[in-house]
Amino acid sequence: MAKITIEDLKKIKERVHAETALRDGHLRVKVTVHMGTCGIASGAKEVMDSLLKEIEEAGVTDVAVTTSGCMGLCSREPLVTVEILNQDPIKYEYMNSNKMRQVFKRHILEGEIQIPFVLARGAETQK
Amino acid sequence: MLELALHILDIAENSTRAGARHVDIHLKEDPSHDLLTLEIADDGAGMDKETLAKALDPFYTTKKVRRVGLGLPMLVQAAESAGGELILSSEPGKGTRLKVTFGLRHLDRQPLGDIAGSLVTLIAGNPDIDFTYRHERGDQVYLLSTEEIKKEIEDVPINHIEVLKYIRSHIAEGMKEIGSEA
Repeated sequence: MAKITIEDLKKIKERVHAETALRDGHLRVKVTVHMGTCGIASGAKEVMDSLLKEIEEAGVTDVAVTTSGCMGLCSREPLVTVEILNQDPIKYEYMNSNKMRQVFKRHILEGEIQIPFVLARGAETQK
Repeated sequence: MLELALHILDIAENSTRAGARHVDIHLKEDPSHDLLTLEIADDGAGMDKETLAKALDPFYTTKKVRRVGLGLPMLVQAAESAGGELILSSEPGKGTRLKVTFGLRHLDRQPLGDIAGSLVTLIAGNPDIDFTYRHERGDQVYLLSTEEIKKEIEDVPINHIEVLKYIRSHIAEGMKEIGSEA
């Protein structure tokens, strides 16, 4: 692998500028990976790794990724919340890399909720 | 949790929830003294003496959604089973500082694991917080500063997928270069 330099960051900046000039830059989906101690201990980081890899491979720019803390459902971790613009958030339970890839391809890209992995629909009351 | 990278992710997430603007993560491998030191310092809300005294108790937590707080106790256990210790200091309004030591070559020391992945997760989830990661081995030093990166990319968000990819390879390459054995 070629040595990574600050020049690479400049190239990224130019490329992103060129891309954003072509579209309006709105985010369509927000994905939250719950990153409390319970989440991390049960594999949330691997879920995050595979999500970022999928986004990279699909080349999509309208999906935002974020993390949150524990919401008290530690036994069902790793939890992932998918919020598509103007739709109810969907919470997925017992996630792993494979399920994350499936949710990304089918739900995030194609809009088809992956019922077998769903914990709940709707916003959480406590964060 | 069986990798130090996961502990780092967990502890730094605490910093972000304490409202920190800066989180400094510092790992030092000292082969001549067989010592591995991890320091995490933040400028978050900090804790008063009473809270600090209870912070390492697994049955103490500030959260309302559950009755245990296992993050710090699990790190204490990881340190103590590798011949080290955990020292926590904090001041309300100033921030919290944590120092953990391990025997570098101790058989039961947890491996470092995927540090790049942990940092990328932290940065992706907390784009407004500045993270520095400093890794020393002997006199070799690797340094990553999101503040520096933000200067270079100007209006491109730091959690843009291309930037995250850059950060991941930057860390992987830097760690290889300094010959990290942890």
